[in-house]
Amino acid sequence: MNAREQLRILGQIGDIPFLAKKIREINMFPLCARGIDILQINLGTLCNLSCRHCHVNAGPQRTEIMSKPILDKCLEILSSYPISTIDITGGSPEMNPHLEWFIGEAAKLNRRLIVRSNLTLLLEAPYRHFMDVFVQNKVEIVTSLPDYLETKSDRQRGTGVFAKVVEAMRELNLRGYGIKNSGLRIDIVHNPVGAYLPGSQVALEHEYHRRLLAEQEVHFNQLFCLTNLPVGRYLDYLIESGNFEDYISALCYSFNPAAVKNVMCLTMLSVGWDGSLYDCDFNQMLGLTINNGAPTSIMDFDMDKLKNREIVINNHCYGCVAGCGSSCQGATTAGD
Amino acid sequence: MSYYEQKDLADFPNITEWAQKEGNKFFEYYSAATGAGKLTEREKSLIALTVAITQNCPYCIDAYTTKCMSLGISSEEMMEAAHTGAAMMAGVTLAHSTQMRKIIKKKEM
Repeated sequence: MNAREQLRILGQIGDIPFLAKKIREINMFPLCARGIDILQINLGTLCNLSCRHCHVNAGPQRTEIMSKPILDKCLEILSSYPISTIDITGGSPEMNPHLEWFIGEAAKLNRRLIVRSNLTLLLEAPYRHFMDVFVQNKVEIVTSLPDYLETKSDRQRGTGVFAKVVEAMRELNLRGYGIKNSGLRIDIVHNPVGAYLPGSQVALEHEYHRRLLAEQEVHFNQLFCLTNLPVGRYLDYLIESGNFEDYISALCYSFNPAAVKNVMCLTMLSVGWDGSLYDCDFNQMLGLTINNGAPTSIMDFDMDKLKNREIVINNHCYGCVAGCGSSCQGATTAGD
Repeated sequence: MSYYEQKDLADFPNITEWAQKEGNKFFEYYSAATGAGKLTEREKSLIALTVAITQNCPYCIDAYTTKCMSLGISSEEMMEAAHTGAAMMAGVTLAHSTQMRKIIKKKEM
């Protein structure tokens, strides 16, 4: 489904109030950024997997890849401003031919450097060396593992993916990732395998640690609970399974004003593969570029106009402000 | 129209209507009793789901099945809990047949 069609569906939610109305009711509209602490760079939609929940619609058939001039521009901006976190995502970032070079350059800036990897490629040539590249540059790895049960996880990501992720994690553990006091972090993203919201991050993290250690002999640092936003393939799934209305209702009934105050777009800037700027990766997939007078391309970067920009919201944003809140760093409220 | 409608579940917080003081006390108690304590939230959710199934409450079954899924409890674990509930219900029924047997034995010649 193209972005326009997705937005049309997100605009038809029956009796459920639009999110903008809910935010007005708590006197927080319009939402405005509070600076840029995180530069999230999407290296492209090319991926070796085609997960059923993927909001990016990433897969092996996709061809969009971020070019070196855009990555150069990202480095120039990162050098010029005290942006504390560089968050690299995709697709599979490893499939962008500039990743190794970019990690090396980004590491010199001495910021928090995150790569979101599905790990499966790290077991295959010509990507195996990235394990060492990550170690050498103290990259924080964030990987997706929707469930600690293989059958459930594979239902979302494809047969055999769970086993590969676990195998790669064991190798990373041997290099120090996920091991106490090693200085090498690997965090896991949990997102529900179906049409429901994630539960308590604390409870799930406890269970993930217990089960993965006992059943898979795998260590990790932290669990991030992410709510599936009704975007991309996940929106397709909701509609095909007859769950769209119930899911949007559940998000709306779980609206949490405290989560609005901590929503990730307030401190993050998302860069698309072609250099377009967005408030988050989800807006990126819906083609909702930054608006309201701020520049829409990294080539026209202007910190003064971007740091307090008005955020572009739509009804998919309910996903980030439901329950304990959701972000690329997991739950956003203490109620987790 | 059915007496039980899924959307009615969303009305549950409004049971404080017309008796706010008692309603608020109930929710305070409910929250304390179902939140993590000596037992984990997972354990309490499975207990709540089992009670919901045995007591035939469609709202609670909906709410606690979803909550169990959210907490990563597998279908197999939930089904085991349902069997525990079913076995308890059968046991409770048969235990009460003691009364029946006692009366029969007293009254039959």
